[in-house]
Amino acid sequence: MVIANPVEAPPCAALLRNVEKHFGALHVLKHINLDVARGEVVVVIGPSGSGKSTLIRAINRLEPIDSGEILIGGQPLPQEGKALARLRADVGMVFQSFNLFAHKTILHNVSLGPRKVRGLPKAQAEAKAMALLRRVGVEDQAEKLPAQLSGGQQQRVAIARALAMEPKIMLFDEPTSALDPEMINEVLDVMVDLAKEGMTMVVVTHEMGFARKAADRVMFMADGEILEQASPEEFFNNPQTDRAKDFLAKILTH
Amino acid sequence: MGDFFGQFGELLAKYDVLHAFWVNIELTFWAGLISLILGTLVCLMRISPVSSMRLAATWFVNIFRDTPLTIIMVVLVLGVWTQLKIQFSNDLATNFFWLAVAGLGLYHASFVAEAIRSGVNTVPVGQAEAARAIGLSFLPAARMIILPQAFRGAVAPLGNTLIALIKNTTVAAAAGVATETSSLMKTMIEFNSSMVFAIFGTFAIGFVVIVVPVGLATTALSRKLAVPR
Repeated sequence: MVIANPVEAPPCAALLRNVEKHFGALHVLKHINLDVARGEVVVVIGPSGSGKSTLIRAINRLEPIDSGEILIGGQPLPQEGKALARLRADVGMVFQSFNLFAHKTILHNVSLGPRKVRGLPKAQAEAKAMALLRRVGVEDQAEKLPAQLSGGQQQRVAIARALAMEPKIMLFDEPTSALDPEMINEVLDVMVDLAKEGMTMVVVTHEMGFARKAADRVMFMADGEILEQASPEEFFNNPQTDRAKDFLAKILTH
Repeated sequence: MGDFFGQFGELLAKYDVLHAFWVNIELTFWAGLISLILGTLVCLMRISPVSSMRLAATWFVNIFRDTPLTIIMVVLVLGVWTQLKIQFSNDLATNFFWLAVAGLGLYHASFVAEAIRSGVNTVPVGQAEAARAIGLSFLPAARMIILPQAFRGAVAPLGNTLIALIKNTTVAAAAGVATETSSLMKTMIEFNSSMVFAIFGTFAIGFVVIVVPVGLATTALSRKLAVPR
């Protein structure tokens, strides 16, 4: 995936160079280099505390970094302000805890971005929102508040909300970790469909089934470092580092 | 006993107690409006990403919250009006009224700002992150996502601030508002000292009658408006 001549090649969907971040004394991101090509699905796995979530949150600057550079679609990530907001509008984000706007209906949650950020007229934004809600299978919940929906439904709405912005890349921060087991698949199905349609995705997850099924590349992180990158088949069948072997042994024994 | 009620009735006929309460309600209305608007702005500054804004707002809150209201009133009258010649009206009574409104508004704005900030703290940080993630910058995110939920989580402390404001309007006497309740009460007691407890009781009950419904409404609203999570 390393592009030989970055000047002539089309820009990567996302590119991280020498990214470093500390939380106090803790070195959470160590010398991170990552290119995500357009249409590529990268799954980030690793033990908890390895920096996976910090990495994905750094990509749209929900976590500012200490040093290094991050480019989205060839553009460097701006500082806080309007330019950053514009860039974030092109980067969809799905959170572990859904984070639907608690005081707004499902329909308003999904139509708010297109109306207020993209400037679409109300009717058009709501038609678009309904189409997306239909696509993720929650169109009959449109008039409800988030708290009235199940976790799986809320997370599908959150995906629809991100898609409504027509993002160039989607970031998923442990999207199924807060869900009851019977609801995990309904969310993963939506994500697999997205991957098949060619969406560029970076997914932090513990769902190895999803990684095998949908990932173009698996990235293994531990202690703030990227230790391995490989195709899912290669990574799961033939991990290189002891950390990865140890991690896989622990999660795949059951 | 009949004699007492006769005297007390005469007293109520002579002094317009209801009008005095109306002055306090007017003071409450205008000072409440100003403190709500100003307090919201100060709270916005306090949670903004700009550090100079945060610093200015912190200073505002610390100065006006920590200074006794009587001193703020006296500074407005003797400092701002007498010395700096800043006045709201050529009519003395009107000028004192608005000076009092300004003092009450500034003082309570600091409490309103803190009440709303406590409401902001009831909004999970994920709400702001989700708003930023779809490309809303600070002000639209605050206006559409954070503040609506913060106000709904701040109903109880805002109600307490309103109750404090209603009672603090009596301090307007320190700014020369002579027609409000505490001034009238003093006058009435001065000339009818034998009925001090009856007079005092009248005004105390008057305030209870105004404040109790506010307290009940606050409790009911804070339940009704709570954001379901």
